[in-house]
Amino acid sequence: MQNKWLPYFLLLPATLFLLLFFLYPFGMVAYQAFATDEGVLTTKYITKMTSHWKFKTALSNTMWLALAVVPIQMVLALYMATIVSKLKKGRDLILYIWTIPLGISDLAAGLIWLAILDQTGFLNSLLVGLGITDQPTTFLGYQNKGTIFIAVMLAEVWRATAIILVILVAGIGLIPKEYYEAAEVFGAGGWKRFTKITLPLLKPSLQTALMLRVILAFEVFAVVAALGGTNLPVLMGEVYNRQFVLQDSHVAAAFALLILLISIAFTLLIMWLLRTPKEARL
Amino acid sequence: MAQITIKQVAKQFGKTHALHSIDLTVADKEFLVLLGASGCGKTTLLRIVAGLETATTGEVWIGDRRVDKLAPKDRGIAMVFQNYAVFPHLTVYENIAFGLRMSKVAESEIDKRVKRTAGLMHIDQLLQRYSGQLSGGQRQRVAVSRALATEPDVILMDEPLSNLDALLRMEMRTELKSILAESDTTTIYVTHDQVEAMSMADRIAIMHEGNIVQATSPVEVYRNPATRFVGSFIGNPPMNFLQAKNLGDGWFDVCGARMQGPRHDASELELAVRPEDINSTDSHGEGDWQGIVKVVEPLGSHLQVTCVVSDQQCRVVMDSDVIVKPGDTVNLAPVAERVRWYDANGDRVQ
Amino acid sequence: MSTESTVVTGNQRIAKWSVNISIVFLCLWVLVPIYLLIANTFSSPAEVNAFPKRIYPSFDTESVRFFMNFYGVGSALWNSFKVACLTMIMSIAVGAPAGYALSRFEFRGKNTFRVLVLMTRAFPLPLLALPLAVMFIKVGLDDTVLGLAIVHTVLALPFAVLITFSLFSGVPVELEEAAWTLGCNRLQAFIKVIFPLVLPGIAASAIFAFVISWNEVFAAAVLTIEHRTLPAFLLQSLDDAPLHLKFAGGAVLVVPALIFIFMVRKYLFSMWGIANR
Repeated sequence: MQNKWLPYFLLLPATLFLLLFFLYPFGMVAYQAFATDEGVLTTKYITKMTSHWKFKTALSNTMWLALAVVPIQMVLALYMATIVSKLKKGRDLILYIWTIPLGISDLAAGLIWLAILDQTGFLNSLLVGLGITDQPTTFLGYQNKGTIFIAVMLAEVWRATAIILVILVAGIGLIPKEYYEAAEVFGAGGWKRFTKITLPLLKPSLQTALMLRVILAFEVFAVVAALGGTNLPVLMGEVYNRQFVLQDSHVAAAFALLILLISIAFTLLIMWLLRTPKEARL
Repeated sequence: MAQITIKQVAKQFGKTHALHSIDLTVADKEFLVLLGASGCGKTTLLRIVAGLETATTGEVWIGDRRVDKLAPKDRGIAMVFQNYAVFPHLTVYENIAFGLRMSKVAESEIDKRVKRTAGLMHIDQLLQRYSGQLSGGQRQRVAVSRALATEPDVILMDEPLSNLDALLRMEMRTELKSILAESDTTTIYVTHDQVEAMSMADRIAIMHEGNIVQATSPVEVYRNPATRFVGSFIGNPPMNFLQAKNLGDGWFDVCGARMQGPRHDASELELAVRPEDINSTDSHGEGDWQGIVKVVEPLGSHLQVTCVVSDQQCRVVMDSDVIVKPGDTVNLAPVAERVRWYDANGDRVQ
Repeated sequence: MSTESTVVTGNQRIAKWSVNISIVFLCLWVLVPIYLLIANTFSSPAEVNAFPKRIYPSFDTESVRFFMNFYGVGSALWNSFKVACLTMIMSIAVGAPAGYALSRFEFRGKNTFRVLVLMTRAFPLPLLALPLAVMFIKVGLDDTVLGLAIVHTVLALPFAVLITFSLFSGVPVELEEAAWTLGCNRLQAFIKVIFPLVLPGIAASAIFAFVISWNEVFAAAVLTIEHRTLPAFLLQSLDDAPLHLKFAGGAVLVVPALIFIFMVRKYLFSMWGIANR
């Protein structure tokens, strides 16, 4: 009954699919960034990318966004996960509500926050209604890059904390209750239990969550497009512009390659920083 | 005729040898128990007979058919699993009917057989329930009914009672034995529980580290263990093993007593005797030992007394009326015809 | 002694209330923005563009009707639906056998495959749209529903593999073996025993694949021109479309996803390849 070839046969479609539509295309991105249509190797697309005035802004905006959003999300998700794991009543309902944003597209999230932060939006209605301001403020205008940045942060935190939450809740679920009881017997308080038991044992989950989230942060695109238009250039937006608007696919590939390399570099960095020796795992 | 013949079956997992060239014949309608500690290869052997595992080398025959290349469904077997494997998405009725439906038995016959086997196992009230609504013992009954319903030549059971609590296990043991005795099937039954093995088996095959060390009737296994391992494995409390210095001409010095044993050239053998085959007597005779009582464990029907005899430990079963306490000196007389001898390899010396 | 214990309970009460307040606040934080979008959608265009805004809807369907009749919306919705369905079918058809193989067999190369699947997490997958655009032009898949569905399947496949892996692992091997000993071959055992047991989970992972595709913006915008999906359509009309169109579009995007996520909530945990208890 143990057919030797059956597993390979079952894996074949998925493997072929991933090779053809995942690994090979990413190789092609690198090639496109360095070769002309005629196949001549060149660095001119890279130069063209780096010398464009938007390059630095896009790069720094993307990095700063990631830096501003991800830590907030990690802390918030960790807090939410500890609350959920202690809940007895209504756990499922609260978990469902908190994971709703998981199903919401980044574009929709952008539009949701546009409804709030637009000049005629709910926030301005509230501020004027309460008499805090006399007239609506333009939060998302081109002269207010700072508020656009904050708006994107809000939308990102709102939308993408749920992913981390799910991973962390699952991770906490794997930690046996006895460890906490043992720690309590030895006199560890709530905070001590959190730092001495939850955090170290949750490290693999934190690693997974952080990796996933950081990669998504470098892909930020539709939220920015909805809230800031072209006023807040980000890397992914530049890829889109080059590819779709300017039809300059080689420079688009150069941008794509850059995002790819940053993502891989950060993945490796996080894997190394939050590594857990095999013996120390649950 | 469903005699099972296992010929030189060996199994390797990577570099570890799970089974070393096993030869075993189970007679038609025989109830054979494979007994051994966990990891001894008994389940692997059963699964090879079932066709769930492929032997690295060797042959398996059922009746006059060689089956080791056949799929499980073509071997004419049925199996009862340790965790019962009752299909959770089917009712009890459909579970029992499953094998019959697969072999395209007529609907009226299916109904008849399901009801009969369910009646046999006393689960005829539960036919419309699902596995989730059953207790462990009831699931066990469904699993057995399902196996019996196909009227297989061979039933294979993999620790079927080990997930039940003690009382239920005893009850099921008796019931299973009587039902299987009435059916015409050949049974291989895997267990690590020696009481189960002793009480149910026509013949016990004791396995140790991938080998069958002894395959014979329960009484024989108990009385005449083929190896030191069998002696120490069967019986609770286990057999006592005491060093015996060879004095020549078939005489031995065991714990300071002169005893007659087999003629052998080794300088030392081991004497083995069961705790209930040692009498504690008032007067000291030749071949008796002096023991100092260490621990007394009253077990109701008898006392289990652990003594030290010349620096060696020896357990003795005494009548519960005997008054004895730690530190007492007792005179121990082994029953001569129940004493067995083993050499340094652990093999029995006659 | 008694004062000490009251102090402790006092602290505990404060801690408990702060947790409760956090829970309520965080629930509102998630729900209110969605409510506001929906409220906007069910207000008339004039109300949407007016200032200040009311926070409750007037239940006017003019915005929705305007959106639905807007040129291109109908076909975009239809395209979104087609792409999402194709993605769903392809990711399960390709992913489920792999999940089954991973859960039931030990074989050489198993780990390599696992790494390949997990590696997709370290890559910004929407970028695949660029090279695949080139590839699709060569094979005539450019600007097609199938082409986009292929990209979305790459996005959904790792999840499909991981969910199905955990589903199949949740079915005891003995059930399958019991079926074999009762007269089934491998395929029959799968169809009669394994499949009915994993069906709800498979449906969940299919729905999840649907949502991934339904929501995806970047690749859809890059790969389609004539056959734009709803997100691609909305993205490209961001600059010129009136607010009520944007909000209605956002709501149409959100509502199915909400329903779907509700349906698959039980399986949220297995899709990351981690067990949950």
